[in-house]
Amino acid sequence: MLSVEKLSKSFGGLQAVRDCTFKIEEGSITGLIGPNGAGKTTTFNMIAGEMEPTAGKIVFQGQNIAGLPTHKMFHLGIVRTFQIPHEFAKMTVLENLMVVPAAQPGEHIFNNWLNPGAVRTREDQVRQMAEDALDFLSISHLRDERAGNLSGGQKKLLELGRTMMTDAKLVLLDEPGAGVNPTLLLKIREMITRLREERGYTFCVIEHDMDLIAALCDPIIVLAEGTVLMQGTMEEVRSNPDVLDAYLGGGEEAA
Amino acid sequence: MDPVLYGYMLYGISLLTVGGMYAILALGLNVQWGFTGLFNAGIAGFFGIGAYTAAILTTNPHASHVGGLQMPYIVSAITAMLVAGIIAFLVGKVCLKLRSDYLAIATIGIAEIFRLIVNNETWATNGPRGISQIPRPFEGLPEPINQVAFLGVVLLTLAGVYWLMEIARKSPWGRVMTAIRDNETSAKAAGKNVETFRMEGFVIGCMIMALAGALMAHYLKFVNPQTTDPLLATFIVFVMLVIGGSANNKGAILGAFLVWTLWSASEIVAPRLLEAIGMTDAGIRSAYVRIFLIGLLLQIFLQKNPQGLLPETRPSSPGKNGS
Ligand SMILES: Nc1ncnc2c1ncn2[C@@H]1O[C@H](COP(=O)(O)OP(=O)(O)OP(=O)(O)O)[C@@H](O)[C@H]1O
Ligand SMILES: [Mg+2]
Repeated sequence: MLSVEKLSKSFGGLQAVRDCTFKIEEGSITGLIGPNGAGKTTTFNMIAGEMEPTAGKIVFQGQNIAGLPTHKMFHLGIVRTFQIPHEFAKMTVLENLMVVPAAQPGEHIFNNWLNPGAVRTREDQVRQMAEDALDFLSISHLRDERAGNLSGGQKKLLELGRTMMTDAKLVLLDEPGAGVNPTLLLKIREMITRLREERGYTFCVIEHDMDLIAALCDPIIVLAEGTVLMQGTMEEVRSNPDVLDAYLGGGEEAA
Repeated sequence: MDPVLYGYMLYGISLLTVGGMYAILALGLNVQWGFTGLFNAGIAGFFGIGAYTAAILTTNPHASHVGGLQMPYIVSAITAMLVAGIIAFLVGKVCLKLRSDYLAIATIGIAEIFRLIVNNETWATNGPRGISQIPRPFEGLPEPINQVAFLGVVLLTLAGVYWLMEIARKSPWGRVMTAIRDNETSAKAAGKNVETFRMEGFVIGCMIMALAGALMAHYLKFVNPQTTDPLLATFIVFVMLVIGGSANNKGAILGAFLVWTLWSASEIVAPRLLEAIGMTDAGIRSAYVRIFLIGLLLQIFLQKNPQGLLPETRPSSPGKNGS
């Protein structure tokens, strides 16, 4: 579905991502792990179009998409969440979700004046979709709250909720579990599996919580210092001494 | 009628008329600054474009300036908006891609260039002496009916603009605009073409400003380069919007009437204040004092009400009637 070839990104002198090559298979839940600063988020930023790669290719469904703007990536079916929640702070939680879906006639300003019927019909659908997503995430009670007032964990859930409002093919989740309580974490796991089954999403998940990675992901790609250290199952990752080294070198402990 | 009372009534009508035109300006700025965070520091330019377009299109032919086409008011108003819209589009094409502060710089530039043009291209605009004898709707009627009728035109226009912008604000379009204002990165990640939406907001806002300019030209029956004075056509509009409540259309209107009333009152109060403390040249100096007073008012007010008189509201069930 997606293959990344010799992808690189430098910020001035710093090479955040170096010659990264890996594949994400259709229907998989691919894990992307590695110590802090390994270049995971930067890789996502390039796949999602937020940053232009310094070099390399990103091939999605047979087309090199490297360097396309973010909003085009969305319409190709690549949807991402942010490690640091990017909510629309002054809008309500419901609106935060309603803004996402494509094909909203009301986004053309003239339709709101000249064809309000069509706008309202679609708004009813979109609102229903958003309310269902809030239900699923168990945050219906926050429906009318300004998103900026939510707690860190609630904002993470809202990030996830946004991916449910799309016709995504590939969903990139950047630490969906960070700051979320254990009960909700289980719920998130369940949601990811369900979305894969019911909607056919393919996932790529960045996560430091190794339980979540072990439970969901196959294969797992390990990044360290901007390059792919290895790729394999959880067992293979666990038994690879280089991985442990990388984590210890980065001042972190592998689970 | 008692002549003093009659005088007050005429003063009241003129306050409402000019206040109404400022309210239209504030609604235009609200689309840009309130809805989506575009800093247009050249309101005066687009206001002036509207005023001069209306003047040139509706006056009788005259040797001192171009035009004199005697067009109907509605045609000239629409043309004024179109001209401003096209210029806004061109400015936006260059500036909206850049960082947001560049828009502020560029729009100040446009407004100043416009002022220089009308000042110097005497063949077209009669230079600093301006264009006079601009017709005003209903001016043939006896006073005060003509004043009241023109006030009616202004208020009806205001109501129409408010109605359209209120629908826009609550619509999916307005939602995207707010999303861009709140988090541009995230709006892009949700598939929104931020540049296009910004352009729409910028162009629509500038067209509304030009409409206010056209009304002002007819009301004053006269335009000159002073009409595009940045103090009276840019700065004060921001004060109105911020005090009334940014992103709130009702707030924009309330702020406009309120600040215009205070500004007009300060015309009477400021020179007396200066005379009272024994200053000479009170007439000239009072201009600065008024600006100072309005700046002070803004500061004090914002300390207490950072959101303005009427803070932003969000629809609870978008798309449902009455939400
Ligand atoms: N916009 C940027 N400008 C400059 N340097 C950056 C930028 N974004 C990331 N970096 C650098 O690139 C490196 C990789 O960062 P990245 O965010 O991709 O790490 P990560 O693997 O997601 O880490 P974490 O697990 O902590 O989220 C870091 O050294 C970081 O400082
Ligand atoms: Mg990261």
